[in-house]
Amino acid sequence: MNQKLVVSPSPHVHSGDSVSKNMYGVIIALIPALLASLWYFGIGALIVTLTAIAACVLFEWVIQKYLMKATPSISDGSAALTGLLLAFNLPTNIPIGLIIIGAAVAIGIGKMSFGGLGNNPFNPALVGRVFLLISFPVQMTSWPVPVASRFQYLDATTGATPLSVMKEGLSSGASFSEIMSEIPSYLNLFMGNMGGSAGEVAGIALVLGGLYLLVRKIITWHIPVSVLGSIAVFTAILHFSNPDDYAGPLFHILTGGVLLGAFFMATDYVSSPMSRKGMLLYGVGIGVITVLIRVYGSYPEGVSFAILIMNAFVPLIDRYMKPKRFGEKIKAAKVQKQ
Amino acid sequence: MLKTFSIGGIHPADRKISADKSIEVLPLPKRVVVPVAQHIGAPAKTEVKKGDLVKAGQVIAKSGGFVSANIHSPVSGKVFKLDEVVDASGYRKPVVIIDVEDDEWEESIDRSETLKTEITISSEEIVKKVGEMGIVGMGGATFPAHVKLAPPPGKKCEVLIINGVECEPFLTSDHRVMLEKGDELIVGIRILMKALKVDRAVIGIENNKPDAIKHLSQLADKEQGIEVQPLKVQYPQGGEKQLIDAVTGRQVPSGKLPIEVGAVVHNVGTTLAVYEAVQKNKPLIERVVTVTGPGVSKPSNFLARIGTPVSQLIEAAGGLPDNTGKVIGGGPMMGKALSNLEVPVTKGSSGILVFPHEEAHRKPMENCIRCGKCVSVCPMGLEPYLLMIETEKELLDRAESDNIMDCIECGSCSFTCPATRPLLDYIRLGKGKVGQIIRNRN
Ligand code: SF4
Ligand code: SF4
Repeated sequence: MNQKLVVSPSPHVHSGDSVSKNMYGVIIALIPALLASLWYFGIGALIVTLTAIAACVLFEWVIQKYLMKATPSISDGSAALTGLLLAFNLPTNIPIGLIIIGAAVAIGIGKMSFGGLGNNPFNPALVGRVFLLISFPVQMTSWPVPVASRFQYLDATTGATPLSVMKEGLSSGASFSEIMSEIPSYLNLFMGNMGGSAGEVAGIALVLGGLYLLVRKIITWHIPVSVLGSIAVFTAILHFSNPDDYAGPLFHILTGGVLLGAFFMATDYVSSPMSRKGMLLYGVGIGVITVLIRVYGSYPEGVSFAILIMNAFVPLIDRYMKPKRFGEKIKAAKVQKQ
Repeated sequence: MLKTFSIGGIHPADRKISADKSIEVLPLPKRVVVPVAQHIGAPAKTEVKKGDLVKAGQVIAKSGGFVSANIHSPVSGKVFKLDEVVDASGYRKPVVIIDVEDDEWEESIDRSETLKTEITISSEEIVKKVGEMGIVGMGGATFPAHVKLAPPPGKKCEVLIINGVECEPFLTSDHRVMLEKGDELIVGIRILMKALKVDRAVIGIENNKPDAIKHLSQLADKEQGIEVQPLKVQYPQGGEKQLIDAVTGRQVPSGKLPIEVGAVVHNVGTTLAVYEAVQKNKPLIERVVTVTGPGVSKPSNFLARIGTPVSQLIEAAGGLPDNTGKVIGGGPMMGKALSNLEVPVTKGSSGILVFPHEEAHRKPMENCIRCGKCVSVCPMGLEPYLLMIETEKELLDRAESDNIMDCIECGSCSFTCPATRPLLDYIRLGKGKVGQIIRNRN
């Protein structure tokens, strides 16, 4: 009866959770937004998404196999996820060559140069996106018109995003309510019927996906709520103190990738803080910086930069924002009356 | 909302397949192996030699100090030899091996089933008796029970908490004791209350044992100052600090004992042993052990003598399944994997768990993806991922200031980690090293 028994330290059971389950979970959560993107931007969305995913997976495989001489781990889904998120942050009429450059930067510089999954301080998809934005500002800021451009790719009819219309309008002296009458209604904004990056437009689909992440416990509420909350509070203060010169909170939240950023980009495990307290601080930081850039900076949108800036503070946040230790409560002290 | 502890926690599958199996008396083995160190603290000093005849209940090793416990012979027979063997902890320990002959008990022990409710001895005598009878914490910690009944000067116990949580998956020995020995438990609780001079006792039971909650509530209703507190199911609620937090809302500060917040915790099994010691003069020589596992044909709860080889319990539960890959002494979260099945049942053995090959192996680890899940499940509010890195890199002073010594080794972090990182393995290692540094400092 004495066959060899396995001897290993406790615990002897595991939850069954895995890295790939989390990655594919996020990918599933992005499906509604992908469908919305295909609906509004048609073949452009399809080409950009497929290219970005394929390029990211390929670069990861090549780098792991030939440069790092390691067993490629592309099946964990993280490279595909980076590709999908990169695509979601690009306009759908962007040339394939640029997508490939973006993917190379995202995977090569954003992720692998730091040692691969788990070691990258910045969100790789955003590194790729911001690189493209700075290097190719023209191609990165021409936006296909939704629905009308469904069957066009490079030749898509383009128009402005609500955010840039707002920014220009306000600086040329028009009032918020005047500009609002020229851009899509809140309902249209929420449904995604506006110009913008492939995956950022459909608020309703992003919220749906975000709820899925929360229900599956892939993310907790702390980051999305603190990002959205701080943007809402900050812009509300500005708007209600001067309703003509500043756009309202709902406008800010529904435009320019705030929902995509709050639910999917800022919550990237690797580049966000570990403790709940840290997550809240980080989220508020992203919200405040986003509004500062939008209102006082030269870019109409600011979420990507805000997230990358806060990514840089994560090591510091982790160092000083420790979780609440057991027994730290003052309650413990007052108890022994004697 | 039901009460539970306030930080972290996980929900592993229950798998309590032996919950409806009544306690069965296991036939006497031919030979018992009795370790003389079955408790935390100083080992006991052996008082018998080869060839001596002993009776069940006779002291064979005397307590080696205040934090120590007597060891009694669990059987009658002849001492075969004094030896050193590897026990369930994996270390070589001195043992007394006894060949069983008949079943003759010390005359002073009352072996009848009659319930004795009247407590005739004083608080001080109770503490002394519990010490003499070798009672230790039977939930697994094996801390000598009488020490916890004598709070240090200046500290006063305000509430006695009886741990009926049994939060480890698979294990059901405490559950069965609560169902079958309810009357004895209530008397045991009154004895403990008298010893501690407290007027309030709370029995904490998780909501997955509604029958035990109902049964003990009915009995407690007839008593002054004893109540049952149903708790929301959450691991590791059976941890002393977590249970106190769940029941009273008070958190024992880092490095302090429960008495700091006016609480003393005893396990259900221990409480039964206290009843038997004080009312029946019976030392701790047998206990209820769950034998279970997915492939075990007769999952059971046995009343087994201390020193019975594990192999014999498995045999009685239908034998070792063909595809056995691992045998664990204790539960799946905190138990120890056994390398050999001849190790004996000890005072701290709550269960024996047999796992098939499919469940015996761990998955290889991947990079930490910084998901923070280990941080959010840690019931002590620690950062397991960081403690692992600090141990790996020998940053022991950092590990110490990140409270590595607070880790209760519950395993929630390793259980949860999606990258299957062996967090607790490293933390244990780190605790060992940091503990050494702290001892050298003093
Ligand atoms: S084993 Fe230690 S570090 Fe891990 S969850 Fe439990 S208390 Fe926290
Ligand atoms: S649970 Fe595992 S992967 Fe997640 S932060 Fe902790 S160690 Fe890293």
